[in-house]
Amino acid sequence: MLEFTPDQQMIRKEAQRFLREQSSSEATRRVVDAAASHDAALWASISRELGWCAMAIPEEYGGLGLGATEVAILMELTGARLACVPFWSTVCLAAPLLQSAGNEAARAKYLAAIAAGEMAVTVAYADPSVVDPAATVAVKASRTAAGYRLDGRVAQVVDLEVADVVLVPAELEGGATALFALSRDAGQTVTPLKVLDGTRPIASLDLAVEVPADSRIDDGGVSADQLGQALASANLGLAAEQLGTAQGALDVTLAYIAERVQFGRTIASFQAIKHRCARLVVDIAEARSLVFGAAASLGEGGDNALEISGARVLASDLQFRAAEEAIQLHGGIGFTWEYDPHLYFKRAQASAALLGPRDAHLDGIAASVFGDGGLK
Amino acid sequence: MSDLTAFRAEVRDWMARHLTGKFAELKYRGGSGEGDVLPELRKEWERELAAGRWTCPGWSQEHGGRGLSVAEQVAFQEEYSRAGGPGRMGHIGEGLMGPTLIAFGTEDQKKRFLPGILSGTEVWCQGYSEPSAGSDFGNIKTRARLDPETGDWIVSGQKVWTSLAHLSDWIFVVARCEEGSVGRNGLIFLLMPLAQPGVEIHPIKQIGGGAEFNSVFFDGARAKAEDVVGQLGDGWKIAMALLGFERGISTLGQQMSFQQELDLIVDIAKGNGSDRSPAIRQRVAYAWTGLRAMRYLAMRVLSDDQSAETRREALTYKYQWSNWHRDLGRLAMDVLKMDANVVSDDPRRERLQQMFLFARADTIYGGTNEIQLNIIAEQGLGMPREPRGKL
Repeated sequence: MLEFTPDQQMIRKEAQRFLREQSSSEATRRVVDAAASHDAALWASISRELGWCAMAIPEEYGGLGLGATEVAILMELTGARLACVPFWSTVCLAAPLLQSAGNEAARAKYLAAIAAGEMAVTVAYADPSVVDPAATVAVKASRTAAGYRLDGRVAQVVDLEVADVVLVPAELEGGATALFALSRDAGQTVTPLKVLDGTRPIASLDLAVEVPADSRIDDGGVSADQLGQALASANLGLAAEQLGTAQGALDVTLAYIAERVQFGRTIASFQAIKHRCARLVVDIAEARSLVFGAAASLGEGGDNALEISGARVLASDLQFRAAEEAIQLHGGIGFTWEYDPHLYFKRAQASAALLGPRDAHLDGIAASVFGDGGLK
Repeated sequence: MSDLTAFRAEVRDWMARHLTGKFAELKYRGGSGEGDVLPELRKEWERELAAGRWTCPGWSQEHGGRGLSVAEQVAFQEEYSRAGGPGRMGHIGEGLMGPTLIAFGTEDQKKRFLPGILSGTEVWCQGYSEPSAGSDFGNIKTRARLDPETGDWIVSGQKVWTSLAHLSDWIFVVARCEEGSVGRNGLIFLLMPLAQPGVEIHPIKQIGGGAEFNSVFFDGARAKAEDVVGQLGDGWKIAMALLGFERGISTLGQQMSFQQELDLIVDIAKGNGSDRSPAIRQRVAYAWTGLRAMRYLAMRVLSDDQSAETRREALTYKYQWSNWHRDLGRLAMDVLKMDANVVSDDPRRERLQQMFLFARADTIYGGTNEIQLNIIAEQGLGMPREPRGKL
């Protein structure tokens, strides 16, 4: 059967309490209105004081050695509050890639720093809008006397501005993929982009730099399998976050319609509105079940990767519907800057495009269900 | 976990040895839209199951069951369905009547009725809905009047949508025993034999041509005094408790047959070229995803998780599976293309056609979509209740 352990329940409850106090709509708006890179105070609490980044890092690197379920719990809750922190990029995008493809020295250095809450890390995938973001090449690496030369442009990197380290997959002469870790002072150019969804900043990365040999951190090339493992965690975390954002949009909406009076009654008492809220609960239940079902068996093989793809499909659909309904059920004010629905709506759009649109995930599932490798 | 593996093997082995010979004809039959097919052979199959002690395996040993854990019951349901085990004629007795008697029945009632359910020899049906008491179940009009001479209850009225009444031996009936009472008050829960004067059963031919449902007319039919469950006025309480007993364990078996339907659709698509359509492929993938989510939702509902989320989301289960299944029906027909329109004796096509038609009932019986959404909104989200009219 599928349920949280008492420890997981406690993590969830404590995180919920903390975020209710520290991650308010005002805090999110301060970041969005200032086009800031993140909510620094919140991130310091989450990473250093609460140790959330240590959750799934193995104990040998100073982590807590817990699993995907704990991370998904936290992703869901930060999503619900639209928390402006580089938590997903560090914990779900970068850490799993370090774990699957990093060499021992890199794992010891970076995973330990992440676990200690001292480092935000992101990944400069060539095209983060596709299911396999490493399939295209944005950066070329060539050997130099002292190390490597990296050339190229990655158009969009999530949380790049706040990241202390960016991991860069790059193509070597000969076609193999290597992984580089660049700290802020490696000579790269970071250009923050003006984005529709101000809750998750994006910047472009321009590279024409020479880096020392120890910047390369893979263990003899990055395999498709290693990338696949890392992306499974990234997608699962994102699906959990999308689920949480949908729940957050519904919560905001429920609070509003319980107060709003028309025709002498709260609009929450109209069946047309009740049914629309109930439909969202149906979709939330479906997505939550698949997210946490897939989290419980992450890495166990079988259909797990397909389940994660399915979770992305359900969560992307759900997140959009919840945000659309938030605007619609708020009526005129749902369309204003002053009220929160637009924040959820823009986040829904931005998240749905990350790591592959729904159709691409469905194609992947179909290829497996039909056992034919996909339409040629 | 290894225990469960051994247990699954035991079930598989039993099914392989028994669902064979004359019973082989029953494989995969009696499911959606086929509730009334091969009734005599399926009754015999109930007795075969009973001989293997596979009826009522979730009941405690004290009451004649195996006392299986939830996980074991789920494993049994899954293996039963995987082996092609036919739709159960004894489902109402095993899943609803028995647990209700165990909880609310007298010792005498348990002694008289549980053995017939366990042995697969007495088939039960459910007398709940009435022509004017569908979604508004409290609006029951069937009357039960005490006969002071015999102590019997004399019942008059009409029940409708009574599954398999024409193949059943007993019916449980919720009736109004207090003159002038309304709604949930003044109801009584009665056990009645169907073979008696004053009971008439009229099958209702349904959308797919079969007749699984019936109207049951009562005109002076009798329930013995000792066949009242609970006290006078307890009818609503017992009727509601009965609906809660199943906890959805059998739905894991139902999901296994959903998976078989999906597999069948995939197989047909590969054979007729529908698998080359990008739109069909996406719909199949979406159905696959929904079924996985449904499985995990059922596992949450069956767990001991009492969190607010899980209790709220458990309310969505009926809506989830019924709408998923209804959509699957349309997908099946779109995969079959023009063949969907031609009735043939190809059992695979027939199964999907019946499913397509009967799935329209899924979102109606056991609480319509609209009632489900009311329940989710009111009980799950605490939104205001629907006002009652005055008609």
